[in-house]
Amino acid sequence: MIRSLWIAKTGLESQQTNMDVISNNLANVNTSGFKRSRAVFEDLMYQTIRQPGAQVGAANQLPSGLQVGTGVRTVATERIHSQGDLKDTGNSMDIAIDGRGFLQVEMPDGTFAYTRDGSLQVDQNGQLVTAGGYPVQPPINIPDNALSITIARDGTVSVTQPGATGTNVQVGQLQLSTFINPTGLQSEGENLYVETDASGPANFAQPGLDGAGLILQNYVETSNVNVAEELVNMITTQRAYEMNSKSIQTSDQMLARLTQL
Amino acid sequence: MDRIAYTAASGAARVLEQQAVLTNNMANISTSGFREQLSNYRSVPLVAQQGLPTRVFTVATTPGSNLQPGTLAETGHALDLAIAGDGWFSVQAPDGRQAYTRAGEFAVSPQGLLVNQQGLPVLSVDEAPIEIPDRGSVTFSPDGYITALGAGDNPADIQVIGQLKLVNPPAASMLRGDDGLFRAGPQDGPPAQADPAVRIVSGFVEKSNVSAAETMVGLIRNARQFEMQMKVIQDAGTNAERANTILSSGG
Repeated sequence: MIRSLWIAKTGLESQQTNMDVISNNLANVNTSGFKRSRAVFEDLMYQTIRQPGAQVGAANQLPSGLQVGTGVRTVATERIHSQGDLKDTGNSMDIAIDGRGFLQVEMPDGTFAYTRDGSLQVDQNGQLVTAGGYPVQPPINIPDNALSITIARDGTVSVTQPGATGTNVQVGQLQLSTFINPTGLQSEGENLYVETDASGPANFAQPGLDGAGLILQNYVETSNVNVAEELVNMITTQRAYEMNSKSIQTSDQMLARLTQL
Repeated sequence: MDRIAYTAASGAARVLEQQAVLTNNMANISTSGFREQLSNYRSVPLVAQQGLPTRVFTVATTPGSNLQPGTLAETGHALDLAIAGDGWFSVQAPDGRQAYTRAGEFAVSPQGLLVNQQGLPVLSVDEAPIEIPDRGSVTFSPDGYITALGAGDNPADIQVIGQLKLVNPPAASMLRGDDGLFRAGPQDGPPAQADPAVRIVSGFVEKSNVSAAETMVGLIRNARQFEMQMKVIQDAGTNAERANTILSSGG
């Protein structure tokens, strides 16, 4: 049939993908530690139907050729790891990472995943776990008689215990993992990311050292989705979708006319 | 049948080709840094050895690209760069040549190189890929200088690690490759020279420069033009039919 139908179809598809990404961002506007994504497009291959400069006779050359593009594709959904706002919750088990880095957690199958969501809890064994129940690495055990927990900016976790007043006992040290290319991390859902070849290996650092961010107790990092930006993107996506469907409609009218011959 | 049917049919086929070009522009209305492809018809008069130039065929051509800047959209992402005004970023294409692009959504590869979204290394003034220090933070100056602060370094240790190769070859020499990147001049020619006058802005992405209104009008105009060619073919058919009726009734 005619090329323009298929080309317009690629336009519709990529706008649809864009809409999916925007919807996912908006759906996660209240997810702690969520990082927004964006769809990146590129033009597809061009077909050279007539090469410019080709001979069209003994002494004549085509002054300009004919190159027809074949549409557009989504080349990546890139995650933007910018800092989200920090929200004071007053809960001593909430931590936010101010700067680069991820908390490493252990998955049930023994592999490791990384998260920025610092809504921590203590499980039945006294171990520090994420809201999803995955133990934070390196493991930190909170004694069952702990009265209060203090997490310092450098990640030191200490508790006060009854008895000698004001005795602070250090029970562990949080570590942050940084990546050369955090955009390359694979999203696993549940606010978790796993390491890939593109992200590079995790680099462990004490908070505040070697480029890692600081830990802030009583805060959570909110989603970095900018609602205004997403809504503007949604409008442009919708209109671009409409215009591409108009291309299909116009091409279809031409085909319809052809069949009336 | 009258030869006019073939003239009109070739016209209709060219309209379909141009429709493909316009649709491609429309499909890329959200592609960062995309340059609208221009499309034209060129007349090819057919002049017999003796006689009048009765028929003019048409050929569809894509003489070049509209190089007007697109809208700049703020993203706030440090590795998003847009060129203010004229100019191009240089990347190393897989064929070994330097290619030029206006799409500045850059990223850092696992090897620590500054790459574009297709994974091609972005080139510095000395025509080498740009290495971003391990987990460092990067800022770009308007003239393309890259300053980086290594992870955990003292802010006083910030250093210049290179300058982007920004070029601005004459618009007529910029040819679109089949991969959508632009190349300057002939295949075996030297790469374009860096132009210190090109300015970039960081934290912005340049959108496609396709004009939705113009493209939409073009699509409709093509549809109508196609309809006219169809009408001519139909008329040629009716004429032939009429002639056949006369011939057969005489027999």
